Amino acid sequence: MSIGPGNDTNPQEGVVLTPEQARSRRARNIAIGFMIALLAVLFYALTLVKLGGAVAHRQI
Amino acid sequence: MSDASYIDGAEATRNAPRIPVAAPSDYFELLKPRVMSLVVLTALAGILLAPTPPHPLIIFAALLSIAVGAGASGALNMWYDADIDAIMTRTARRPIPAGRMEPESALAFGLVLAMLSVFTLGFATNWLAAFLLAFTIFFYVVIYTMWLKRSTPQNIVIGGAAGALPPMVGYAAATGDLGLASAILFAIIFVWTPPHFWALALMKHDEYGRAGVPMMPNVHGAERTRLEILVYSMLLAPLGVAPWLLGFASIAYGVVSIVAGAYLVWLAIGVYRKREDDAARRASLKLFLFSISYLFLLFLIIVGERALHIVGVV
Repeated sequence: MSIGPGNDTNPQEGVVLTPEQARSRRARNIAIGFMIALLAVLFYALTLVKLGGAVAHRQI
Repeated sequence: MSDASYIDGAEATRNAPRIPVAAPSDYFELLKPRVMSLVVLTALAGILLAPTPPHPLIIFAALLSIAVGAGASGALNMWYDADIDAIMTRTARRPIPAGRMEPESALAFGLVLAMLSVFTLGFATNWLAAFLLAFTIFFYVVIYTMWLKRSTPQNIVIGGAAGALPPMVGYAAATGDLGLASAILFAIIFVWTPPHFWALALMKHDEYGRAGVPMMPNVHGAERTRLEILVYSMLLAPLGVAPWLLGFASIAYGVVSIVAGAYLVWLAIGVYRKREDDAARRASLKLFLFSISYLFLLFLIIVGERALHIVGVV
């Protein structure tokens, strides 16, 4: 990881991740994405179950 | 740009934002998966004891929430106890003491999971169960980890309440109520905790001593610990039979719990009688390992029997 202003040989400024850091960040991002998707599906299915089969016939 | 505007390498390293290299598996390790498996089993027993168990998806969501809540407690425990974990060989390879994760990451992870698990349980089942889960997490993290663990040899006795609550959370999730059956399961785990952990503490007392954790053998000595292990085991054996005596487990459970309870007491007598280094250590190890099997066995039978009852086999 290199910190500090860029120079002619390294045009990237700021924090540059090492390959290991980049790899672990990518793995964490995939895991978070997967968990959020799972939660969305779970809440959707839970809502259907809690509403029950007669939801379309309720009195308004 | 002048040279003064550049920072040298060493200072850059000091000032650099600490970028984690923790993998998802490290975060999973924070959840203490082996503890979580026991929590899932005991909570499932509580759920299945309900007269009318809820929809399978509700059961799944409740178990997931309770498991994640337990995992959140584990993560917060590892955040707070990282200094102790680094000293003890059993825990030195955990993500924080091993340097794979910043403590702040574990804290944030634990807090997010704790809130998410409580909210999900409340949404999926009811808010009594969600409150009980929140109380369990609070009790484990604040009362046990932050307060009792470093201040009294009764730490795991009182703190054991946190580990004993999952069946009550499960029962509350399924019924919206607290029943005698779930209270009995609570009592079994509560009384099981001291002999289980003190058998470990007898083997690891030097490490606990170095870490400054006042476990029973370090404060009151091995002899008093052996006596208390025996007393708690003698209380646990009849308590383990109570589910059959009270009519929410079968005669098969009754027989197994009597035999397993008698063997547990026999092992505790062994711990009490064997004082020489090697024999004493072997006796403690036997009791420690069998105590895990004992609890798994009793709850597995309850879960199995209730599941068969629900599907109409018995």
